Amino acid sequence: MVVLVIAFFRAQVLEHGKYQLQSETNRLRPIPLPAPRGIITDRNGKILAENVPGYTVSLLPGDESALRETLERIAPVVKLDSAGIERVLQRYRRAPYVPALVVSDAKFVIVSQLEEHRLLFPGLLIRPEPKRYYPDSSVVAHLVGDIGEVTEAERAQRRYAGMRLGALLGKDGLERQYDDSLRGADGIRFVEVSALGHVVREAGAAPTLPPVPGTPLRTTIDLDLQRYIAKIFPAGHRGAVLALNPNTGEILALYSAPSYDPNAFVGGVDPDYWRRLNEPETHPLFDRAIQARYPPGSTWKLAVAAMALKRGLVTLNSHMPIPCRGGLQYGNRFFRCWSAEGHGDLSLADAIAQSCDVYFYQLGLKIGLTSLLEDANAWGFRSPTGVDLPGEIRPDFPSGPEYYDRLYGPRRWTAAVTLNLAIGQGEDAQTLVNMVRFYQMLASDGRERVPYLVRPPAASDVSLGLTPDQLAGLRQAMISVVERGTARGAATRFNTVIAGKTGTAQNPHGPPHGWFIGFAPADKPEIVVGAIVEFAREGPYVAPLVTRVIARYLGADSTMAPEMQIKLPTDTAPHPMELLPGNGVDTVAPPPPADVPNAPTPPGTR
Amino acid sequence: MHPPLRELDKSLPATVGALSLFGLAAVYSAGQTDVATFATALWEKQLIWLAIGLLVAVAMFRVSPRLLEWATPYAYAISVVLLAITLVIGTGAGTAASSRSWIGIGGVRIGQPSELAKIIVVLMLARWLAGRREGPTTLRELVVPCLIAGVPAFLVFLEPDLGSALVFVAILFAMLYWGGTKPTTLVLLASPVIGLVLAFSTVAWGAWIVVLFGLLLWWRPYVWEGLAVMLGNVVMGIVALPFWKHLAPYQQNRLLAFLNPEVDPRATGWHVIQSKVAIGSGGFLGKGFTLGTQKRLAFLPAQPTDFIFSVVGEELGFVGVVVALVLFTAMLAMLLRLARRATDPYSSLCVFGCAAMLFTHIVENIGMTVNLLPITGIPLPFFSYGGSFLLTCFIAVGISLRVSWESRQSGYIDL
Repeated sequence: MVVLVIAFFRAQVLEHGKYQLQSETNRLRPIPLPAPRGIITDRNGKILAENVPGYTVSLLPGDESALRETLERIAPVVKLDSAGIERVLQRYRRAPYVPALVVSDAKFVIVSQLEEHRLLFPGLLIRPEPKRYYPDSSVVAHLVGDIGEVTEAERAQRRYAGMRLGALLGKDGLERQYDDSLRGADGIRFVEVSALGHVVREAGAAPTLPPVPGTPLRTTIDLDLQRYIAKIFPAGHRGAVLALNPNTGEILALYSAPSYDPNAFVGGVDPDYWRRLNEPETHPLFDRAIQARYPPGSTWKLAVAAMALKRGLVTLNSHMPIPCRGGLQYGNRFFRCWSAEGHGDLSLADAIAQSCDVYFYQLGLKIGLTSLLEDANAWGFRSPTGVDLPGEIRPDFPSGPEYYDRLYGPRRWTAAVTLNLAIGQGEDAQTLVNMVRFYQMLASDGRERVPYLVRPPAASDVSLGLTPDQLAGLRQAMISVVERGTARGAATRFNTVIAGKTGTAQNPHGPPHGWFIGFAPADKPEIVVGAIVEFAREGPYVAPLVTRVIARYLGADSTMAPEMQIKLPTDTAPHPMELLPGNGVDTVAPPPPADVPNAPTPPGTR
Repeated sequence: MHPPLRELDKSLPATVGALSLFGLAAVYSAGQTDVATFATALWEKQLIWLAIGLLVAVAMFRVSPRLLEWATPYAYAISVVLLAITLVIGTGAGTAASSRSWIGIGGVRIGQPSELAKIIVVLMLARWLAGRREGPTTLRELVVPCLIAGVPAFLVFLEPDLGSALVFVAILFAMLYWGGTKPTTLVLLASPVIGLVLAFSTVAWGAWIVVLFGLLLWWRPYVWEGLAVMLGNVVMGIVALPFWKHLAPYQQNRLLAFLNPEVDPRATGWHVIQSKVAIGSGGFLGKGFTLGTQKRLAFLPAQPTDFIFSVVGEELGFVGVVVALVLFTAMLAMLLRLARRATDPYSSLCVFGCAAMLFTHIVENIGMTVNLLPITGIPLPFFSYGGSFLLTCFIAVGISLRVSWESRQSGYIDL
């Protein structure tokens, strides 16, 4: 008897706390109260991502067989197949004490049907839950990214430790990058259940812990500009457009085509849609601004020019020993210029404007391979920019001459690789964001501002090391491009001077990709816009796209677009080509027929 | 000569009455749940059983010990036959649905003969022990009492109801002790069981054999008996494993779950864990009468019967538990005093046997709710819902009251 008293004393007085807790765990089932995610706005407070009311359907589990029974009864109503039932059961096994999620974004019809037959489904919980909504859907898809249920693998990571099963988190874009602040903290409500899992009391069983909403995220995006780009981007084409403020690195617009509908991911993506998104050809989920590498083509020539200027090898008026006669004999090979007629004897400024390959072959040789690689590496052409978006890839670029030793074997390659590198071909593939970052340096005081969307990154010490005069000279040369050079047709009628450079990226899979990166106003740039359009044949096609974006940003009304009679010459064809007919902003003619003479075969060792 | 009721001993009925009311309240509370349960109206039935129990107690009070002694062999024979019949036509019930412990006529369950058999074995052992001039001293002399208790125990064990079978063993040992058997002899008698239990660890069993050998040399029983005891232990050590395999899976699980309830918290250990959680969460003052959440939400198993005391622990807390334990202790103390002051050996042995039976039930039932003892389905006297055992308890009380009256008449007790 004394032993019994001692045993009860131990259980009831000494270990009371422990058993008290167990008893509470027994009777109370925590129901997570999801926190609304923080909204995402553009720089002016316009909504990029918000929350609208939605409904989730879940079941409070008793034991597994009871849950299975209820699921089988509920399946026809919520259109759940047997695989779906298994998924719910699996979820239950991992977390047997929380309600098993059945439908995460239930249509109102389903909700009302379930409510009607509520008694048939013990443990049924229908809860209003904030649902993510992107009003501009595909326009901002690659910016905001998308959200989805946390996976097992993610739960194992430290960053997402402690997330409840079925919680939503950002899977891509800003939603992923700033998930920690957007997510907020879920609250908890308790319901009282019996040993068989039936809800006995809904409210008042225990105090509720309210959810803490996520922090709103204000981005540097200009939604108007973003929408405008999405509107004028040539339909059916793939590519990307990126606009920066060159003086701060703020990203004003980032668009990648084809785009997708991030709203389709809310509440689980439809398998058919998912399959379509993963087609290897178009692959809309792919952010072509930060996740695709393209040979920079002629846009690279500015980099070579800047290197030569920095090293004091040339001035903007320097001429090369050999004038352009349509090509350059180097060793036993003839390296052609894109213009078969040749450009004659050019200064550096003219060579930039004409994009003369022969001039840059010689300039590259003058700098030398080692110095060229060294400068390019120092200027960040071999590292990701560090933009605050997930998934940015590193550009491809040789780290030094030993790269070629590895690639071809020591002494099995010649300085001919320099010729290729000098015109943006060869072992060089850059992301759009990285090239735009380089033009940002040109457009500002020569110092790098890492592009960002939300939080300015730490100040960078990367700098071109050019004098203001040299920078002004390069800009002047780029102005020439637009006014009378290869991108003549891009000169618009509003009186802001745009500086820029075309690029044509040789592409083994089809017509070349076209680049254009420009900024304006040329004397005191406020915006840098870069665009790449896949299979656009030539850079000059892309130029009007960029100039219109710039015009739009600098206040030129879109109504003036019809007045922009843009006739574009191309690098390869002297005949004007119409890529963007002036009859409106919404329709864009398909690329011109293939009457263009063949592009020069890429010279070099490849 | 019929003793008048007003000459009744007052303290024992008062204690038993308090326990019965306490128990009735507990059964009532056990029916107050948030989940539909058959237990809701059980307290009314329990009230009826209590009334019947009262009548039975009065009736037993009126029966003279001599008449009882005379009738004992017949009752014993009937009881054994009933147990045997139960094995053939018995049915299960409640948590022990697969066993055959109930006897019924035409589908109506009447009662559990095993409960009644307990008190009858007490009477039979009392009669046999009282019939001797001095207590049994050798193991050979213990064969008959072992059979008296062993036959019903074996029949009950076959039902299978290990818990009740063990109660018979407890009664046997207690009454042998009261009957004058030396504790050393009892240890030797029990030694094969100890050997059986220890056989699960070879080292422990070996050590036990050495200790036993030492005890045999020290206590010096007859040589043949000593050899038999050694042999018994060795045989037990050998048959232990087959015996373990012979136990029904639920019995094995109960023993394993007793050793470590967390092994399988959802199945076997469920009862112990939930009971201990209920008791522990009750705290010092409890959650309040009828307000226990473990009970209300049906987490407690067998609330109105086997785990009734968990309800007490959860709702009335440590205070309620202590009150109940004090009442039980007082009742047992009174019975022990009666046994010491009884007019004749038969009466004394009867009362002591009753006390032993109640004590075993109380300690085992309450002990299992806090995981001090393995789970067996034996009821708590005056608390657990159930007619057969309640009547058995009241028979015990009635007999004890008569013994009390007799000894007062003879001036043994001056109350």
